[in-house]
Amino acid sequence: MEGIFAPERRSTLIAVLIIFVGLLGFSFLTTGADMAQLSITLLSGLLQGMLLFLVASGLSIIFGLMDVLNFAQGAFFMIGAYIGWEIQHAPNLMKAIPDPNLRFLVGIAGAVIVGAVLGAGLERGLLRPLYARPIFQLVATFGVSLIALEVVKLIWGTAPRSWTEDFTLSSGEFSLFGQFFSTYRLVVIVVGVLLIVGIAVLLKRTRIGITIRAGVEDSSMVEALGINVRLVFTGVFVLGCAVASFGGVIAAPFLGASNAMGAEFLLGAIAAVVLGGLGSYEGTAIASLMVGIAKAVVAKFSVQYLNQPVWESLTPMILMAAILLLRPSGLFGKE
Amino acid sequence: MTTNPELILEVAEIHTFIGQFHILEGVSVSVPQGSITVLLGRNGAGKTTTLKSIMGLTPPRSGTITFGGRRIEGKRPFDVAKMGIGYVPEHRAIFKELSVKENLQIAERARGDLNQRADFIFELFPDLKRLYGLGGGKLSGGQQQMLAIARALVPDNRLLLIDEPSEGLAPVIIESLIQAIRRLAQNTTVLLVEQNFRMASQLADRYIIIDDGKSVKTGEMSTLIKDEATIQKYLGAA
Ligand SMILES: Nc1ncnc2c1ncn2[C@@H]1O[C@H](COP(=O)(O)OP(=O)(O)OP(=O)(O)O)[C@@H](O)[C@H]1O
Ligand SMILES: [Mg+2]
Repeated sequence: MEGIFAPERRSTLIAVLIIFVGLLGFSFLTTGADMAQLSITLLSGLLQGMLLFLVASGLSIIFGLMDVLNFAQGAFFMIGAYIGWEIQHAPNLMKAIPDPNLRFLVGIAGAVIVGAVLGAGLERGLLRPLYARPIFQLVATFGVSLIALEVVKLIWGTAPRSWTEDFTLSSGEFSLFGQFFSTYRLVVIVVGVLLIVGIAVLLKRTRIGITIRAGVEDSSMVEALGINVRLVFTGVFVLGCAVASFGGVIAAPFLGASNAMGAEFLLGAIAAVVLGGLGSYEGTAIASLMVGIAKAVVAKFSVQYLNQPVWESLTPMILMAAILLLRPSGLFGKE
Repeated sequence: MTTNPELILEVAEIHTFIGQFHILEGVSVSVPQGSITVLLGRNGAGKTTTLKSIMGLTPPRSGTITFGGRRIEGKRPFDVAKMGIGYVPEHRAIFKELSVKENLQIAERARGDLNQRADFIFELFPDLKRLYGLGGGKLSGGQQQMLAIARALVPDNRLLLIDEPSEGLAPVIIESLIQAIRRLAQNTTVLLVEQNFRMASQLADRYIIIDDGKSVKTGEMSTLIKDEATIQKYLGAA
């Protein structure tokens, strides 16, 4: 990941650091200089950032490689959450697999597999015939996300499903400066960090990673070297959808499953991808965390002072607009 | 149509469209095994499009392309490449975000290709060994051109398509490129596009002139050098 640590990036990195410190400092001062409050805000910001990253990473790599902005990425997150919820709560499955821990693992596997299969179908069936028409692809992924939403409403209805079947991890808590925080959420943060690093290593060190980075620059040259680029496209697309689905299922134990979550995470992820600089993987990772923490800080502040939760959902777009005004190509984008 | 077994590549009367533009209106190219053949012609004549049509990057709408006795028109570029054709595009299109090493690694078709060919590649272009870990974007123009050619040498290609290697390079660099291409052509057939007539005449055995999307003249390079009229007519002041 030397990309973001290159000398010419130093001023950007310092600016990023200032934004993070500024956000947390603001939160610290407005919550009465309370370490417990600050650490809870920081943890919930990191948590949201990691979940956003799971949607945004696919969005970013797919866009870089294939020039497709996959508007269905949020729908995959939502579908993952519903499938995880269903496998955990369906009466038949509760009988067949009484152990809630095992059921959750099955839920994760189920969500990832469904995400991958639907992703493959979307890429092969709808996007591949449209590579010469990028606008049509955009419309197609948007259409698919609307259809997915309607199908979800048909199966699970419009009322949100909350998670009632706890498993060992999801009921655990630990205390930080006297405040309690769910162990499971901490695990999700750690899993997010591992995924960020894992994908970075994949991109940096493996042959498929070299191929993806080269394809981001010039996919027809990659093909002319003897590599089946369309197969690489399908693989990357499937991976992006599976990771988003995975994000949905691991978020379900605390977010539940709802119709609205797809659009919400899609918007946040788009903000993160644009904010980080289109085509920059590291930029997307950093911007996801930034958006997550900004949301947590704003949520805290608006609950305490404004009684107005709407500001939290507007935060990603406001942050994106503010930074784009100062730097039109995003934090780590190319000029 | 009879195929001449001596020809490694035979392009017959191809017509290629880009969008609705009819770019190639009948191009035929014969490349004898073991030769260096050069495509000549003015800017915009269709030389690059001819190479791209062979690779399948701009597939021809009609006509045939035969490589090593097998028809390849209509095949996908990666299939064409895997049959043993290396492509060195114009403007030194290396991957600037990848290191020199990664630029070579990505061209491997089988594990170990690079190890096997490294000695030969570094013998041709000793600079690359020194620059191995550096980002492609940090190389000079001449070094990028050498990397672009080296990349095509990683797999065991039978034919190299090299598009304007001398473009924008200093005379000393061009001189060393001429040496390198001469050396690699001992094992590999080369189809070269070159506007630098001096370089073309030093390297090529045969020539094909493309003018306005059509191949108009072909023959021995040694004859063309003496044919002032043809040079004036199709290539301008050389
Ligand atoms: N994508 C494109 N869309 C429209 N026209 C194109 C496209 N690419 C090439 N052309 C046209 O096709 C013709 C042939 O282009 P080509 O690049 O093959 O020429 P060339 O002989 O390689 O020229 P040069 O010496 O400048 O590289 C030119 O008139 C060019 O304008
Ligand atoms: Mg050209």
